[in-house]
Amino acid sequence: MIMETNTPKKIAGMKFGILSPSRIRKMSATRIITPDTYNEDGFPITMGLMDPHLGVVEPGLRCKTCGQQVGKDGCNGHFGHIELAMPVIHVGFVKTIRDILRSTCRRCGNLLCEDSEKKDFLREYDEHIERDRSLTEFVKKVLGKSSNVKECPHCGRQKLVVELDKPTTFREAGHKLTPSEVREWLEKVSETLGNDLRLLEIDPKSAHPEWMVLTVLPIPPVCTRPSITLESGERSEDDLTHKLVDIIRINQRLQENRDAGAPQLIVEDLWELLQYHITTYFDNQTAGIPPARHRSGRALKTLAQRLKGKEGRFRSNLSGKRVNFSARTVISPDPNISINEVGIPIEIAKELTVPLRVTAHNIENAKELIQRGPNPVPPKGRIYISGVNYVKRKDGRRIRVTYNNAMDVAERLEIGSIVERQLDDGDIVLFNRQPSLHRMSMMAHRTKIMPYKTFRVSLSVCPPYNADFDGDEMNLHILQSEEAKVEAEILMKVQEHILSPRFGGAIIGGIHDHITGCFLLTIKKRKLSLGDTIQILSSINYTGDIKKGMTGKEIFSTILPKELNLRYRAQACMNCDTCLEEKCPYDSYVVIENGELKMGVTDGKSVGAFKGKIIETIAHDLGLEAASNFIDKVTKMGIAAISIVGFTTSIDDEDIPEEANMQIEESLSNAKKKIDQLVRAYNNGELETIPGRSLEETLEMEIMRVTGQARDATGEIASKHLGMDNSAVIMARSGARGSMLNLSQMAGCVGQQAVRGERIHRGYQHRTLPHFKKGDLGAAAKGFVSSNYKKGLKPSEYFFHSMGGREGLVDTAVRTSRSGYMQRRLINALENLKVENDGTVRTTGNVIIQFRYGEDGIDPTRSVRGDAVDIDKVIKEMI
Amino acid sequence: MLGVETMGFNILKHELVPYPKILSYKEIKKLLKDYDIQKEQIPKLLITDPFARAIGAKEGDVVKIIRKSITAGISVAYRLVVSSER
Repeated sequence: MIMETNTPKKIAGMKFGILSPSRIRKMSATRIITPDTYNEDGFPITMGLMDPHLGVVEPGLRCKTCGQQVGKDGCNGHFGHIELAMPVIHVGFVKTIRDILRSTCRRCGNLLCEDSEKKDFLREYDEHIERDRSLTEFVKKVLGKSSNVKECPHCGRQKLVVELDKPTTFREAGHKLTPSEVREWLEKVSETLGNDLRLLEIDPKSAHPEWMVLTVLPIPPVCTRPSITLESGERSEDDLTHKLVDIIRINQRLQENRDAGAPQLIVEDLWELLQYHITTYFDNQTAGIPPARHRSGRALKTLAQRLKGKEGRFRSNLSGKRVNFSARTVISPDPNISINEVGIPIEIAKELTVPLRVTAHNIENAKELIQRGPNPVPPKGRIYISGVNYVKRKDGRRIRVTYNNAMDVAERLEIGSIVERQLDDGDIVLFNRQPSLHRMSMMAHRTKIMPYKTFRVSLSVCPPYNADFDGDEMNLHILQSEEAKVEAEILMKVQEHILSPRFGGAIIGGIHDHITGCFLLTIKKRKLSLGDTIQILSSINYTGDIKKGMTGKEIFSTILPKELNLRYRAQACMNCDTCLEEKCPYDSYVVIENGELKMGVTDGKSVGAFKGKIIETIAHDLGLEAASNFIDKVTKMGIAAISIVGFTTSIDDEDIPEEANMQIEESLSNAKKKIDQLVRAYNNGELETIPGRSLEETLEMEIMRVTGQARDATGEIASKHLGMDNSAVIMARSGARGSMLNLSQMAGCVGQQAVRGERIHRGYQHRTLPHFKKGDLGAAAKGFVSSNYKKGLKPSEYFFHSMGGREGLVDTAVRTSRSGYMQRRLINALENLKVENDGTVRTTGNVIIQFRYGEDGIDPTRSVRGDAVDIDKVIKEMI
Repeated sequence: MLGVETMGFNILKHELVPYPKILSYKEIKKLLKDYDIQKEQIPKLLITDPFARAIGAKEGDVVKIIRKSITAGISVAYRLVVSSER
């Protein structure tokens, strides 16, 4: 094999210039004169748009310019050119041309300023270059100064106003300038200014102003615009070719008409048409002209459209790459799978392969593997066994393994070949869900081949992926090298991401029913029958002793590591004024001693994602392996417990007795009275203003306060009648799902609706809806919803509620798009930064950004909720 | 060179402005050696920056910046004084 010399080189700079007509002719392989592409026999016409001098696309044919074939030899084609009958303005440069025309004299071509001023400009320019400063502002200044002159200081010609009539027409004092005239003017400018062109940020070495008016048009090689042969044998040309055909056709007609001495009007019309075609050839979305269309009415995709935007060359082909060895399908939950695993459909496993390098040590295994063929019959008791799809031999040949040749291929297997083995249980793969906003959006899992067609994931990894099962799809990537596998195992495995770098706590843990289950299991002194105990413990493959009449807390303790010592307040904590700690009447003070749950209930704050204290502590003190084990077990135990106790919720969970409803009504009418009082006080001018607020603002604030209190009061009344035997309350209190506010809105009252933080005030003149009197400032007229969700809202309340809801919806939409863009820019700016071994943060150029990572050098995943050391805990452990 | 005296307000006395120190030649050499870097790899501070003006830093100076930090207590950083961006 030939070794390629790959010396790394540093790019010192990049220079952009404009092609000169002579340069275009010089690099041209042929001149193009006919708009036709192929003759009747299907051969390209010489000097036509598909001239073989421009390179060839079909394999086997040879390029007439360099004699090489496409692809292998590496002929990417050659440019051709058209001689334009009349010059045409290049749309890409109209703004620059306008600036030059405005700041120079048409007669002498000089910059419209005194020589002394020009000298000053030149000096300033050199200074800018020396200091390496941006020239944008400077050029603006030069242009501004010299386009405000009435008369040329050099030749005395009156300066006329030059206007740009979009997109490509120039007018001097109302008179149209033809491209020829513009070109003459620009020629004069580059002649007189010479090197002084740099004042306009033009380098005369690489760009002359007159080159911005085209006299010769380069024709891109055929490879740039390949034609497609349809199944019917019909040829379909690329959009660019279509556009070039138009250009050549009009160019020809223009030439003929001009040479034949046709009337000026006709020539001008054709000239303008040529200008249109060339303009749309560059950019088919130029403002001010209709886009050129295909026969079907579809707008043509010309040069600018190929590069621009999301589907353009940059964002789609250069920044965005596609990969092999990947799969995508719908995800669904599997409560029995480990957080480190992912379930993979058999169909996918058969398609994806892992390369296996054959050595003296594994050649026998490899042979056996190949003998199975691509479609092995699984042995009894298994649903899947991996086969082999391809064998890559040492000479680079890839052999597809089939049922028929499997034996043969296995026989001839040599050391050094690569066997492409189908996916099997335990392979390490990357699993990802978009949007990939943080590093937990892509984690490594171990495979588990399963029947049916979805990826199966543990419920505990839903929070980091932000996944649910309403049709979400996820991507899977198979690692193709040993290094990658090891790296993924060490850095990317799910268990390595239990602790979030965002806040140093657990992001993976129990959710919903796991939390409810643990709550129900450990609440108060729940005692379980022997049968139930066995049922629960069997779910975690418990192997220790089982006593008769174990309490839920004892059962829960079986999965706690013996080294665990913890004390904290549970989620269910009522936040009493003075915490009674061990004597908590709600059993909300958790005490774990030597891995035994002595008291307290385990809920969201113990085992939940984002909050789980136990998970956090195990991950910090006993390692991630232990934490991942604990999560697997606690979720299974939670599910087992909730299945035994039984759990359901429905709207009648929000049923409250009649007396409670009366209390709520009374409380609401009291609030209404209070508001009426406030309004009356306001109307009579008796309201006392809050310092720094107007009278109106004071009233609004007071009313908002009262409505807020009213809602809370109803909530309190409602929750007084909803006890801990209520499923909805259990979920809210344990932190499994929903909040007490949700409940009080269902059972009590929905409360004040707001738009932009104020009571609803817009609508009709002096009122929100025609249901109210003009100028009514009362509660109901300004969007207070006194009904609850269960009872149902009154029509006007429903309307106000929609207004508030709409605002929320719009807010989230705006927020996501804006924060998404901000994220994109941040990532682009920071993606190459790296923490070096000395603790500094550096760029790829080794420039230091931070002398110590994050000022303190602390890895937030290893911190205790952001602190480097948990001093209190250390002290407690010492004593 | 300008100093604090010519400014209307002594920014160096403000709580958020770090404690200033201009490194000596020897200290710079040690710094470069400690981090195994060239001078250009140090983060930059514009000479027109009020802080640089206040302490009268010259182009090419390296300024030691000692800041109070909530998480680290005291954090130390260095800036190379330059006359223009890039």
